[in-house]
Amino acid sequence: MGLSSIAYDLGSGLNGPMSISHLSSPRQQLAFSAKSCTGSRACITVRAADGNSGSMRAPPSTVRASKLVTNAVAVKSETASIAATKSGHELLLFEALREGLEEEMERDPRVCVLGEDVGHYGGSYKVTKGLAEKFGDLRVLDTPIAENSFTGMAVGAAMTGLRPIVEGMNMGFLLLAYNQISNNCGMLHYTSGGQFTIPVVIRGPGGVGRQLGAEHSQRLESYFQSVPGLQMVACSTPYNAKGLMKAAIRSENPVILCEHVLLYNLKERIPDEEYVCCLERAELVRPGKDVTILTYSRMRHHVLQAAKSLINKGYDPEIIDIISLKPFDLHTIGNSIKKTHKVLIVEECMRTGGIGASLRASIMDNFWDYLDAPIMCLSSQDVPTPYAGTLEEATVVQPPQIVKAIKQLCG
Amino acid sequence: MAPSISTFRRAICTRVNASRFLASPSPFRNFSSSTEDSTPFTVDIAVPFKGHKIEPPPQVVETSAKELMTFFKDMSRMRRMEIASDQLYKSKLIRGFCHLYDGQEAVCIGMEAALTREDNIITAYRDHCTYLGRGGTLPEVFSELMGRKDGCTLGKGGSMHFYKKENGFYGGHGIVGAQIPLGVGLAFAQKYEKMKAATFLLYGDGAANQGQLFEALNMAALWDLPAVYVCENNHYGMGTAEWRAAKCPEYYKRGDYVPGLKVDGMDALAVKQAVRFAKEHALSKGPIMLEMDTYRYHGHSMSDPGSTYRTRDEISGVRQERDPIERIRKLILFKEIATVSDLKNIEKEVKKEVEDAVAKAKESSPPDASELFSNVYVKGYGSQVFGCDRKHSTATLS
Repeated sequence: MGLSSIAYDLGSGLNGPMSISHLSSPRQQLAFSAKSCTGSRACITVRAADGNSGSMRAPPSTVRASKLVTNAVAVKSETASIAATKSGHELLLFEALREGLEEEMERDPRVCVLGEDVGHYGGSYKVTKGLAEKFGDLRVLDTPIAENSFTGMAVGAAMTGLRPIVEGMNMGFLLLAYNQISNNCGMLHYTSGGQFTIPVVIRGPGGVGRQLGAEHSQRLESYFQSVPGLQMVACSTPYNAKGLMKAAIRSENPVILCEHVLLYNLKERIPDEEYVCCLERAELVRPGKDVTILTYSRMRHHVLQAAKSLINKGYDPEIIDIISLKPFDLHTIGNSIKKTHKVLIVEECMRTGGIGASLRASIMDNFWDYLDAPIMCLSSQDVPTPYAGTLEEATVVQPPQIVKAIKQLCG
Repeated sequence: MAPSISTFRRAICTRVNASRFLASPSPFRNFSSSTEDSTPFTVDIAVPFKGHKIEPPPQVVETSAKELMTFFKDMSRMRRMEIASDQLYKSKLIRGFCHLYDGQEAVCIGMEAALTREDNIITAYRDHCTYLGRGGTLPEVFSELMGRKDGCTLGKGGSMHFYKKENGFYGGHGIVGAQIPLGVGLAFAQKYEKMKAATFLLYGDGAANQGQLFEALNMAALWDLPAVYVCENNHYGMGTAEWRAAKCPEYYKRGDYVPGLKVDGMDALAVKQAVRFAKEHALSKGPIMLEMDTYRYHGHSMSDPGSTYRTRDEISGVRQERDPIERIRKLILFKEIATVSDLKNIEKEVKKEVEDAVAKAKESSPPDASELFSNVYVKGYGSQVFGCDRKHSTATLS
């Protein structure tokens, strides 16, 4: 059985051969297999199920909203979420991260943190505040400014059984550690034939902030998503931040936890009792039936802001926070698409080669027959983030653009 | 420090090289030194150690007949293994990259003599012999080199990715210098877990110019981690001679605030002495840098003839004058621990061992097709492979 006989079909070539058992009817299976002929990567023409050619999606770059909402991040989620009852306690997102981290450090003495200014300074975003006093300097280690080396150090320590958490002061700085993350962190479990597990967590704030400039506004999700061996999640609320932090620490795989600079002060009431979120499950933020909106991180809040306006106009969007950026939770996403038949992806990643691009391909590969319209994807512009406030706002997707896209998609 | 030599012994040393191995004068000589004899005796180390911000260890080292015989056998095995790998590569059974260690055997043998399996060793891609030294077996090596499933990393790592976690061997790394921060991490874990053991990070003269080396060294020194930096200086970073790549090719001094020691890397006993000294230092005072002055006979890898940037005379000169196995052979013969034919028999034994291992490895089959997707992630999530499609729980190949 030679490896040359793997059928990499259906255009995207991202995944290996498809299992078609998820398709329910034989007719669908037949249709599916007819499209999945080996050999040619057919150019897939976009066609709506009712026979009309899908209307062309509006390029988001030319959309200029009349009024830009600038404080979308402070919006409290009023829609249904997995959050707890009134009996919990209220805290900010960075405190939730700290709570999760502290609980895990108490639970397992092998858990340690390293990063710049995480110890005595308390963390540049206060995520590790107070932990060095509690656990000591060795467990909450202040490193010199040497991302490549301390990430490598964390991987080496993980090879022996420690569970380090690497904090990048800004995700963008972890580009310096890309070799260690890709080659050592991602690959050692494989190249060592399973001898080493690398249970590291690499976390840090990324995303476009408040006029931080191009180099400090990077979104690295797209760079890490194709590294085999890594798992990647993005937190967006205090509830899932704490849960994902705990899950990531307990995971035996290397996990990249993407936080967002502007979400650290988000407030929410979370349960008192201990809970852990699933690293591979997407979060159903708001059930609906007209359209599936897939989003993550800060864009979730922009989507929720837009949703208010959409609901007033009579639309019923189903909003899913995908949480898991690698691998995608196609189970939850698929169930939603089977219900609504229309998808809008709203992301903060760049348009080119971003999370949305992969997600689109995945959805097309798996749920082609369920789509009534082309998948729309609103992403950030393929530009370095400018400093000027107005330009910066135009770089990322704003709620009015989301509203306009839904109107286009749903009619 | 000239070894003190009695005139009697000087008379019997006709060859220049043998004069390096004269032991301190002793009126008694074992009438029949058995090869299993562990009685210690001292040997002078010919080439003096050079220290940087540290007092070098003594130039005499303790050894025994048994140890010398072990050195001889192990180094011969390593040499044979590398030569066999050369032949296998030329017959296209080994593909890709193959970096051979012959000439440098004394470094890993000397290290093993001074360390335990609690200590960690991490090295770069020239790792076949280091792996063997750490308890690897010949069939595992050849299977891995030929990409078979009985290889030490299931055939999926290849020449540059040999690991043996249970024996403290952490590889086996392809990217130059990237193993150094990993090694500092290993030392960090040893300190964290309060183990009385050290980590030896091996790198070459080419990697000595990597920034991450100094970043990691700073951290190791800052936190007193039990890390020993070992520069295997074979004087060529692939095709570039050390003086063309480094402003300061005295690699043992490059640690600046970290003390250093220069060692004759072709002398297994000198290596043993230095490594023992370094381990003690690392466990009590913090990092130390060792420079092993060694030489590789082959080119950088099998695709490099090794003669475009150095002369054949140089290579054969080193082979004649400094070969590590020859030194031990001469010492054994001089100490009358074994005869010439004994040693030849050992070499024959070792040759057969290697040939048997190659034959066994050739019979081994390539990894199963399903192994393509195993160990990408750790099991326990109900999935073997995560692409961006979570539904890929098993890979079915048509």
